[in-house]
Amino acid sequence: MTEPRTETPALARRRRHRLHERLIEGALFLAALASVATTVTIVAVLLYESVGFFRTVSLKDFLTDTLWTPLFADPRYGILPLLAGTLVTSGVGLLVAVPLGTVAAIYLSEFAPARLRELIKPLLELLGAVPTVVYGYFALLVVTPSLQVLWPDLPGFNMLGPGLVIGIMIMPFVISLSEDAMRAVPMTLREGSYAMGATRLQTALRVVVPGAMSGLVAAYVLGVSRAVGETMVVAIAAGQNPSLTWNPMEPAATITAYIVQVALGDLPHGSIGYQSIFAAGLVLALMTLLFNVLGHLMRRRFREVY
Amino acid sequence: MPGTASTPLRRSLLRRKVAERMFMALGLLSLAVGVLTLVLLFGRLVVEGMARIDWQFLTSFPSRHAEQAGILPAWVGSSLTMLVTALVGVPLGVAAGIYLEEYARKNWLTQLIEVTVTNLAGVPSIIYGLLALGLFVYLLGLGESLLAAGLTLALLILPIVIVATREAIRAIPVEIREAAYALGATKWQTVRHHVLPYSTAGILTGVILALSRAIGETAPVITIGALTFIAFLPPAPLTTDPPFVSFEWLLSPFTVLPIQMFTWVSRPGAEFLANAAAAGVILVVMTLAMNGVAIFLRYRVRKRITW
Repeated sequence: MTEPRTETPALARRRRHRLHERLIEGALFLAALASVATTVTIVAVLLYESVGFFRTVSLKDFLTDTLWTPLFADPRYGILPLLAGTLVTSGVGLLVAVPLGTVAAIYLSEFAPARLRELIKPLLELLGAVPTVVYGYFALLVVTPSLQVLWPDLPGFNMLGPGLVIGIMIMPFVISLSEDAMRAVPMTLREGSYAMGATRLQTALRVVVPGAMSGLVAAYVLGVSRAVGETMVVAIAAGQNPSLTWNPMEPAATITAYIVQVALGDLPHGSIGYQSIFAAGLVLALMTLLFNVLGHLMRRRFREVY
Repeated sequence: MPGTASTPLRRSLLRRKVAERMFMALGLLSLAVGVLTLVLLFGRLVVEGMARIDWQFLTSFPSRHAEQAGILPAWVGSSLTMLVTALVGVPLGVAAGIYLEEYARKNWLTQLIEVTVTNLAGVPSIIYGLLALGLFVYLLGLGESLLAAGLTLALLILPIVIVATREAIRAIPVEIREAAYALGATKWQTVRHHVLPYSTAGILTGVILALSRAIGETAPVITIGALTFIAFLPPAPLTTDPPFVSFEWLLSPFTVLPIQMFTWVSRPGAEFLANAAAAGVILVVMTLAMNGVAIFLRYRVRKRITW
């Protein structure tokens, strides 16, 4: 004889609790899904508008034409000039950030007294926190004029100045990632090296750096990704004229600078000019995705070594 | 080394010692480049802009005349955007962090969430601008409004808040949770009454860092079409007529500090550069102050951990 169990207050409370718990877990889960939704939406928006773009422009023109003038009366849609500008500014940036960042990271990880390290790390973080528009001001009004003292015929807009500034900007990022990689090299390797009579410098350069190599490379690759996506410095100081040149002393536009330039004007929604920024954005997104994946693969490899 | 015979070994030791010294000098020099840039950057801003910062500059609208121009709409716009960003981004990010750290089972879905969080952290900010232009401005019809900008920056800071939350939560030992469960607490009660309060300082550090990043972001806000010249304020959120609160300001056109600075930098003619520098000083002071608070908080938290 089973009678329906009468619901005691305790039982009711427990049921209420369980429902409550379910609801909360559901809400938290939805919040976690926001990142997936964001990613999906980014891809969807870029693809949707780019499809419209590629209905007008052939992929071949896009990839091979050497002129980018979507807003002119005679529009041309070759991404190469923007790509060249992006690569040159990022390249200059890397030429600054990689050597300076690596040497600084080796110094911080292997040589610096603990107190100096504690002091310098927050300072570097501040360097990475300065708004990029301020760096743009710095590139245009401090760095370029200083460079013009050395090369008087350097134009006011050029890729060298902003490139150097981008390098300084991503340096803290490179330093902190490389330092992490070098700290992950086990102490026993260093001790082995010292036991053989090696100096600290020899140990650093021949044991620690090779041991952390994939981590270092990952830091550089992620640094490239940042440099490629950097916007305000180049938009302010590199010029807005897309031209296919590999000479950092000349002005040029990057992918990001082009998007800013167009967004500042008032382009009608759905026009080819409007779509062109999404096509350019798609190229940028693909490039950074490539670098990010590459960087993460390298980091994972270096994690597996020990 | 005075008085010692110069044997080959000694010479080689000396050479290595010199090399080591030189390398250390090189390391310090590299670091100095960074620190010096910071000093130079800030010094230049202060020298150029300090004279412009006064009450009139803070309370005036932009103007064709450089000496009369001010940043009132810019800092009001920045503050209101940050309000939206914080109200949306922080609960969303903290909730996601809690889910991933406390609730998530290991399956393909949580794996996917983890991967997207990591990847979003590496997406250039201007791509978020394009996302917002397509989604918020046109598809959802929010227009070029404060709300669209706030939501954009909220998505932008989401990965930072999530990562900070997870790290703060992970630092809490499992015994705390076990003790709560042993007393019959449910999962959410454990999180709500123990895990969250103990990790608040860590989460707060991440939130401040995220907001300090958001306030300096220019590109995504330009992309959604923030105005570069604005001579009015958004409608007040409090009104004299019932129901006394108004959300009209959310849909108002706006500008923010970094954009105001950008407009002044890119103007031909030198007279606006002082204004740009002044806006830059305010922007840098705001971000560095926020970073300083975050760094201090992190330092305090690390010191105070007792378990």
